Amino acid sequence: MMQKEIYLLPIIDIENLGLDAGAHLLVKYGLRAIPPGGELRVVGSSPGWETQLSAWCRAQGHGVSMLQQDGRLVATVIRGAADAGRWHGAAHAGHSDAALTGAVADQALSCWGLAARGATVEAGAPDIHFRLDRKDEIWADTAAVLYAQAVAAQWNPATAIDWNEPFDLPVVVEDAVVQLMTYLIENEVAALVVPARFLGQLHPHFREIQALLAIQVADEARHIEVFTRRLRLKGREPALSTAGGQASLKTLLDESDFSVAGFLLSVLGEGTFVSLLNFLQAHAPDPVTRQIARLTARDEARHVAFGMSHLLWRLQQEPQFRMRLANAVQSRNDALADTAGLNEEVFDALILIAAGEFTPQAIAAGYVRVQQLIADMAEGRRVRLERLGFEKEAALHLAALHTRNFM
Amino acid sequence: MAKPLLLGAVAYAPKVVTIWEGFKEYFRRHDFEFDYILYSNYERQVEAQLDGSIDLAWNSPLAWVRVDRMARARGLEARALAMRDSDRDLCSVLIARSGSRVATTEDLSALAGQVIGFGALDSPQANLIPRDHLRAQGLLAGRDYTARRFDELSGKHGDHIGGERAAALALMAGEIDAAWMIDGNYLAFAREGILPAGATRIVARSGSYDHCNFTLISGISAASGEMAARFTELLLAMDWQDAQVRPLLELEGLKAWLPGRTSGYDLLMRAVDDEKFYDAEGNILATDYRY
Repeated sequence: MMQKEIYLLPIIDIENLGLDAGAHLLVKYGLRAIPPGGELRVVGSSPGWETQLSAWCRAQGHGVSMLQQDGRLVATVIRGAADAGRWHGAAHAGHSDAALTGAVADQALSCWGLAARGATVEAGAPDIHFRLDRKDEIWADTAAVLYAQAVAAQWNPATAIDWNEPFDLPVVVEDAVVQLMTYLIENEVAALVVPARFLGQLHPHFREIQALLAIQVADEARHIEVFTRRLRLKGREPALSTAGGQASLKTLLDESDFSVAGFLLSVLGEGTFVSLLNFLQAHAPDPVTRQIARLTARDEARHVAFGMSHLLWRLQQEPQFRMRLANAVQSRNDALADTAGLNEEVFDALILIAAGEFTPQAIAAGYVRVQQLIADMAEGRRVRLERLGFEKEAALHLAALHTRNFM
Repeated sequence: MAKPLLLGAVAYAPKVVTIWEGFKEYFRRHDFEFDYILYSNYERQVEAQLDGSIDLAWNSPLAWVRVDRMARARGLEARALAMRDSDRDLCSVLIARSGSRVATTEDLSALAGQVIGFGALDSPQANLIPRDHLRAQGLLAGRDYTARRFDELSGKHGDHIGGERAAALALMAGEIDAAWMIDGNYLAFAREGILPAGATRIVARSGSYDHCNFTLISGISAASGEMAARFTELLLAMDWQDAQVRPLLELEGLKAWLPGRTSGYDLLMRAVDDEKFYDAEGNILATDYRY
C-alpha cells in the first residue's frame, strides 16, 4: 500500500477503509517508518475519512493538514513525539530465554511487575512487590526441564486408574486403607498449600520456577482427589486425623524461607513419601490402591528432584546455608518433641495393609515389612542428605531426627 | 505557606479528583502553591470567577464564551492562558446508518422530516454548534426535522459524553435517523463497538472550533501576573516523556499543553446567539436549562 510519488514523500492509500473500521493501523504503521517530525501523506476514499483522520491525529498527538491536489484531497500527517515518548526510560526485564547470559536477573525489580520476562516495561508502571524476588532464594537450573517432564507426565484420574476393577477386602483391611487415605489426604493438603503460598509471593520474572510450583500444586490437587476417591470407593467416610499429625504439618506451613521449606517438605517429607508410596505399590491389598500409589509416587519423585536441584544450586552459591538446613531439622524436631508423632492408627493401618488379611501369620509378615519401610525411609533421607553435602555422620543424625509423621 | 493559586474546575466525573490532586502534587514538586475548588456545574464556576472566589478556571468552551461576555460587561478582560493540544480544531459530525436515506443522499435536504439526536442542551459539540450548523443550512428543529435530545448531566456543558453515547446507541437501535457527536467520540464509539465498522457514515460536519482553556480575568484574581505566568510556564513544561506526569496527561486527554488562543470560539459564539443560550452580557436566556 506504500507508494512513492514524485515529491518522494511517503504516501499511503487507505482506500475505502474508514478509521471507524481499522484504517488507523495503516496510518500508524506508515508513520513508524518515519522519524518524529517527518511527514506522511495519506489519501482515502471512504466518506468522511479526512474528518476521522483529523480526530485520530489530534488524539495521538500528530499534526495534520489537508490540501487538494490533482482533484483529490491529500492529508499530510506530521508524526508527533508522543508514541515514541511513552517508551522513554522504559525498563528491559531480562530475556525470555533463560539460557542467555543475563536473562534471569539476580534481583527482580518491583517495577517490572507482571510483565513477561524480556518485555519493555513503561516507566511509571506500578510497583508490585513480590517477597521472593532474589534468584539465589528460589532458583534451580533444572526447573524448565522438570516442568516439561511434569506437563508430559500429567494423568487423568478418570482414565489412568481402573476404578471398576473388582476386589473385596476383609473389613479390618478396608478400614486400614481408609485410615491411610485419610492420613495421606491431610499430608497432601500441606504439600499443596506450601508451594501455593510461595507461588503467590514469587516474582513472575522467575517464570520457570513459577510454572513448576503451579504444576506441583495441580499434582497435589489430583493426589487429594484420587486418595479421596479410593477412600469412598466402598462407601466409607474419612477416618481419624490426629493433633500430632497436624502439628507436624503445621511446622511446614509456618516455615517462611523458600529453601528451608523445600528442604523439609520436598527433600525430607516428600522423599519419605516416595518410599511410602512405593511400599503401597508393592504391598497394598487391592489393585486400585496399587495403581494410585504408582502414579502418585512418580509425581512426588519430581517434587523431590526440584527440591534437591534448588538446594544444590543454593548451596553452591552459599555453602554455609547447609548449617541453616541442619538447624531447621533440629528445630522442627524440638518443636515436635511434645507430640505423639505418627498416628498410631496409621502405623497399625500400614501393618494391616501389608498383611492383607487378619491372621497372626499375615500380621507378622506385615509388621516386618513396615519395619523395613521405616528403615528404607531413613536410608533414603540419609542418601539425599549426603548428596546435599552433609558428612555421613551428620546425614545419619539428621535423617533420624526427621518427623515421625513421615511428611 | 504562600497563598496558593486557586483553580476552579467542574466535577463532571470522579476522575476529576484524581486529575487535580495529581496537578497539585506536580505544582508542589516545583515549589508552586496550587489548590483547587470543584464546582458541580460551569455556570456556578463562571459566577465564582467573577466574584473573585477563584483565581483561575478550567473552562469549557461555553463557559469561556460566558465568562468572556460577563467580564467585558464589567470592563474587564478574560484571557485564555493555556489549552490542551487536543482542544484545538475539533469538529462535530452528524452520523447516519449506512444505506439509510440520509446517508445515501448527497445534500442535507434528506434530513427533512427525520429525527436527529443531539446531546445535552448545554453541549457545545453535540447541541449548540450542530443546531447552528443545520440552521445555517436552512434547517430548523421542529419545522424541518425533529430534534431528540439525549440530556445527561446538565450544567457540565457536555463534558460527560453519556448524551452522545446514548444518541449513538439510539441511532443503531433505529430509534433516530442521525446523531451528532464530536469527531473523536465517533472513533471512540467505533472502538467500543457501539458503532460497528462500516455501519455508519458521516453525513455532515461542522466547522472547526476549539475546546477548553484555563481562563484568567485580569483585575479580579488576587493572584499576581507573576503567579499566572509561573503557572503557565510549569503547565507547558509538563512532558509526556516524564513517567510521573504522563498518567495525568492521559487522564486529561492530551499529549502536550499549548498556549491559549481565543480564535477558535467564533462558531460557538454565533451558536450561542442564534440558539439564544446567553445574552451579550452572559446572562442565561435558555429557559429549559437546569443545572
